[in-house]
Amino acid sequence: MTRISAAFLPLTDSAVLVAAREKGFAAEQGIELDLVRSESWATLRDRLVYGQVQAAHMLAPLAIAVTLGLSQHPASLSAPFKLSVNGNLLVMGTEFAAALEPDIGRRIEDPVATAHDFAAAIGLYRRKPVIGIVHRFSCHALLLRYWLGYAGVDPDRDLVLRVLPPSLMGAALKAGEIDGFIAGEPWNTVSVQDGTAQIVMAGARVWQRGVEKVLALRTGWMEENGDTVDRLLVALDRAAAWCDEPAHHGELAELLSRSDYVGQPSESILPTLTGKLVAGLDEASVDVPATILFHREAVGFPWRSHGLWIYSQLVRWGMAERSPEAERLAANVFRSDIYRRALAGTGAPMPGASLKVEGALSEPMGVGSHSAGLILGPDRFFDGRVFDPADIEGYLATFRP
Amino acid sequence: MRIVIVDDTGLRATVLEDGLREAGYDDIHLVPPHGGFVARIERMAPDVVLMDLGSPSRDTLEEMLVVSRALARPIAMFVDQSDDDMIGAAIDAGVSAYVVDGLRKERVKPILDLAIRRFNAFARMQSELDEARTALAERKAIDKGKAILMKSRNLSEPDAYALLRSTAMNQGRRIIEVAEALITASDLLGGGA
Repeated sequence: MTRISAAFLPLTDSAVLVAAREKGFAAEQGIELDLVRSESWATLRDRLVYGQVQAAHMLAPLAIAVTLGLSQHPASLSAPFKLSVNGNLLVMGTEFAAALEPDIGRRIEDPVATAHDFAAAIGLYRRKPVIGIVHRFSCHALLLRYWLGYAGVDPDRDLVLRVLPPSLMGAALKAGEIDGFIAGEPWNTVSVQDGTAQIVMAGARVWQRGVEKVLALRTGWMEENGDTVDRLLVALDRAAAWCDEPAHHGELAELLSRSDYVGQPSESILPTLTGKLVAGLDEASVDVPATILFHREAVGFPWRSHGLWIYSQLVRWGMAERSPEAERLAANVFRSDIYRRALAGTGAPMPGASLKVEGALSEPMGVGSHSAGLILGPDRFFDGRVFDPADIEGYLATFRP
Repeated sequence: MRIVIVDDTGLRATVLEDGLREAGYDDIHLVPPHGGFVARIERMAPDVVLMDLGSPSRDTLEEMLVVSRALARPIAMFVDQSDDDMIGAAIDAGVSAYVVDGLRKERVKPILDLAIRRFNAFARMQSELDEARTALAERKAIDKGKAILMKSRNLSEPDAYALLRSTAMNQGRRIIEVAEALITASDLLGGGA
């Protein structure tokens, strides 16, 4: 048995790691997978960077930020596998949400109209709205900025973005320290179920197939332990397939609810897994397809274009310098080559390319692949923009006023 | 040198603060990680910030360190990225340290060494305390089990204990487990002991 420790945060999208351990997929590959619950992204990052763990369930932009050294000394991280796609929700306290479309289903369904309503509501609110984000280098923060930027909101000028860990968001909302928050599940649903918040935006409606958590490894360790990494990826791929299967959602929600994992009731975890979101205490649920995905459509495949899209947004918001070197480093965090090597011969559908144009598919599409039957789901951005990784400059120009 | 300890007022913070004072540091401030704590730290303009690695508020603190314009010099994680051993020891001990840029390594190292030792000492104290609590709880349960046997079977105390022990040995269980099973059964049967 090879022993691997992986750090995670108590979130629904830690599911693949939890299933790999609890359902025996890691053991099948000769891996004893220890999961180390962490309470902050900073601690998860330190545990990985300084070698206390070998792997981590990490915000994709954080893996890039650490590699580029955006807030401390650079440390090279690699993401050879994605642990989830989509899964984020923006919830606002009931006071702020009262200024928006009252039908929550319609509100989520139409992010264009809701972005404009939100922009108007900012001006009407009694103060600059304070929105909790989990980290500046998170997909959540980038999605929120992307969505509101469309309606002319400058998040750095018109909002106060306050960083809080997901598990403290609900208490901060109740205490009036924040007016809403964007976080991974189940923390949004927990606040909706206790009556303090309403869903305002679903990540899956802003970008239909948005990159979210990755498996992050130290690049040096990954290169020295090729065989272990390959076995780990096979285990995670199988665990992800298990998590994606609707028949297992109940059991998965129960597993995640354990106090050593997420520590919240399974009724708060299940809605995201099934895509039937809780709209309110006495309201019908809202169907949001692909609320969170773990396996189908080769979710695990680390598209280099995902890394480049994140990089483009970091540049857009002034968080990273634009340079050919930074661009190369950001794309290289997503190690599609390692994914291919590990899963070759397992029958996993394999994309032919490592980069794609993001946001171009309105309908599911079969793509050329080594193995048969890879269908990519619709991946449009809500504003219709298309990200061509070969022309980041042109893409960034479309955001300038 | 101004040192801020971000922690709830509790034993660990006291243990650390006392250690620092004994070592001759006297500009020490304790800030609990709640509400607007980062604004307080910002106003204090510390040279070193020490924080529990397990605190969920580390991301909030780090965000302040990135955006703060009030701090004249940026604060970086740990002392010197080349000193991996010390950083590893700090992470194992569960302490994180933020240090203003330019502060010399020789001046920071003793503080971090001390924080690591004190955090480790606290963890040992904590586990000893937990063990003592568990032992006490177990002894109470065994006493209760004995009392049930003494009352319902009219045994002396040594005989009641001997019965508990022989039952445990025969069933390959711990005495405490047998005592707890007995208490549960007795409660279910409505027997007060």
